[in-house]
Amino acid sequence: MSPQFAAGARVQVKNNRPETVMRLHLRTPHYVRGRQGIVLRALGRFPNPEDLAFNRPAPEKMLYHVLFEQQPVWNEGEAGDTLLVELFEHWLEPVEG
Amino acid sequence: MDTAPPPTHHDLGGNPKYRCTAVEPENPALNDFDKRVDALRVVLREKGLITTDEQRLKIESLPPEEYFGLSYYEKWLKAMAAVLVSRGIVSWEDVS
Repeated sequence: MSPQFAAGARVQVKNNRPETVMRLHLRTPHYVRGRQGIVLRALGRFPNPEDLAFNRPAPEKMLYHVLFEQQPVWNEGEAGDTLLVELFEHWLEPVEG
Repeated sequence: MDTAPPPTHHDLGGNPKYRCTAVEPENPALNDFDKRVDALRVVLREKGLITTDEQRLKIESLPPEEYFGLSYYEKWLKAMAAVLVSRGIVSWEDVS
């Protein structure tokens, strides 16, 4: 399957925090949830660690490098500073425009 | 976003407590315990009894006092034991 998002696409990280309800193995850092970033590149498909951690069948999910402006996320640094995070496709939503 | 619940204790990014502290550029030398734990993990992986993600989940599930207080390989050993118990390979009585 080809990537849902192309390089340059604007995406929003889902603002879900299901780990507050049950024990999960999420690789999406809390600080980017709800944030918008730009897809830098698709990295390929990998077995989902959210399943691997529980020793159950782990369908492959597309992984991306997503670039965020650093200042709104960290509240520090200078304009132009960026933050690069590896995120799986099922955590990303398209942003119109 | 300010009303979001606090992240789980291993999800450290952005925590001011960890900003601006010096990073040790060299890894500390491994002692005999560390090497034995590392070797045990190699064996368990080769036998298909543990995966990296299962081990990480168990490390991140340690209570904060252990997560921040135990050594790197002490956490590995506890996590490896927890994976084997979760899989039903050994019992808690066996490992404690």
